Amino acid sequence: MEVSFAMTGKGYVLLAADTTAVHSIIKVKTDVDKIKELSPHLLMAYSGEPGDTVQFAEYVERNIRLYQIRHTYPLRPPSAASWIRRSLAESLRSRNPYSVNLLLGGYDTSTYTPHLYWMDYLGTLVEVPFAAHGYGSYFALSLLDRYHDPEATVEEGLAVLRRCLDEVSKRLVVSPGKYKVKIVDKDGIREVEL
Amino acid sequence: MEAISHAGSVLGVLSKDGIVLAAEKKVTGKLLDLSGSNQGGYGGSGEKIFMLNSNVVAGVAGITADANSLVNYARQAAQRHLFTYNEDIPVEVLAQRLCDLKQGYTQYGGLRPFGVSLLYAGYDPHYNFQLYHSDPSGNYSGWKATCVGANSGTAQSLLKQEYKDDITMDGAIDLVLRVMSKTMDSTTLGSEKLEFATLTLDPETKQPKARIYRPAEIDALLQKQGLGKKEEDTEMKS
Repeated sequence: MEVSFAMTGKGYVLLAADTTAVHSIIKVKTDVDKIKELSPHLLMAYSGEPGDTVQFAEYVERNIRLYQIRHTYPLRPPSAASWIRRSLAESLRSRNPYSVNLLLGGYDTSTYTPHLYWMDYLGTLVEVPFAAHGYGSYFALSLLDRYHDPEATVEEGLAVLRRCLDEVSKRLVVSPGKYKVKIVDKDGIREVEL
Repeated sequence: MEAISHAGSVLGVLSKDGIVLAAEKKVTGKLLDLSGSNQGGYGGSGEKIFMLNSNVVAGVAGITADANSLVNYARQAAQRHLFTYNEDIPVEVLAQRLCDLKQGYTQYGGLRPFGVSLLYAGYDPHYNFQLYHSDPSGNYSGWKATCVGANSGTAQSLLKQEYKDDITMDGAIDLVLRVMSKTMDSTTLGSEKLEFATLTLDPETKQPKARIYRPAEIDALLQKQGLGKKEEDTEMKS
């Protein structure tokens, strides 16, 4: 099952998503990148209906980039989240809605604050300190409730993330083997090795 | 363009912590009913200066009917942006929207262009305080201080001499009133002929505050500045 987690820390947002692509009982690919880089300081982890996910994620990525090119500066995370949410809400009452759940993590370079948003296919949008999608969320959210620290350093944040991933591997029947972890802070986006 | 050079002048000056807009009213007289602007809601509309959004104020010069149409379009554009992005429309984006509309009228349809020049004074978190000027061709540019309408040439050269990059809000208000008094038709400044607005940042909430002065407030301001010696002190203190 597709699993993604995210949490904020002191001046950064950490996102992790599994890397398996599944078709019925077969793992088709084990190194998929499910975290799109929408802009220099905006990351989006997606999960849901195969096909819809990539289609919507690329649609969002291209439109965010268009805004940036047209208006010389990128959309700030709160505004980008609102735009994405509206796209999902409009799709919901159309002939064929997108069935995609998202975790949006970004760093606002005008106010120097990290932001994390949980979005689902209905167009629900909430700003949260930590979040998760998929069956893995049942385990991760309890752990994050207990161990999350919004002022944690990157190392401390990664330690908490490792706990979540270990718990999912231990207890979930079809747990993913590998995860891709990305972090966004004032210096931009980079991948992290766990 | 001809109509604009005969219209009442609009003057804008950018300062470190705000923008000042002033305009000369051409339509005045004893029979004119000013009660709307005296007690009006946000003071959002006058003859020359309009609030386009909580973070943008605009001054218009040219054909009034065209100006009203553009202001209405701008207000809708600002709300559409708020609807989609949940943020106040950035000033340059608003200027671009209006200019795209104006340019369309010069290229398609066989309709005549809007005979209006606008000065947009606004704030956004990306570039802080900004002042833009757009003309009927749909061209726009950013300014530190500029003027449109009658006598804009003289006003512009006056501004060029007197403007300093680190001018304060009080200094800007003072500069605007001095330049207006030199370029306006009438001998003295008064609330019947002058429209005045400022855009500043609220110190606690850090939100932009647009303030279009009511006639009584304009008179009070002129009284304050007209005291002479005081203005130099405020400029030197900063």
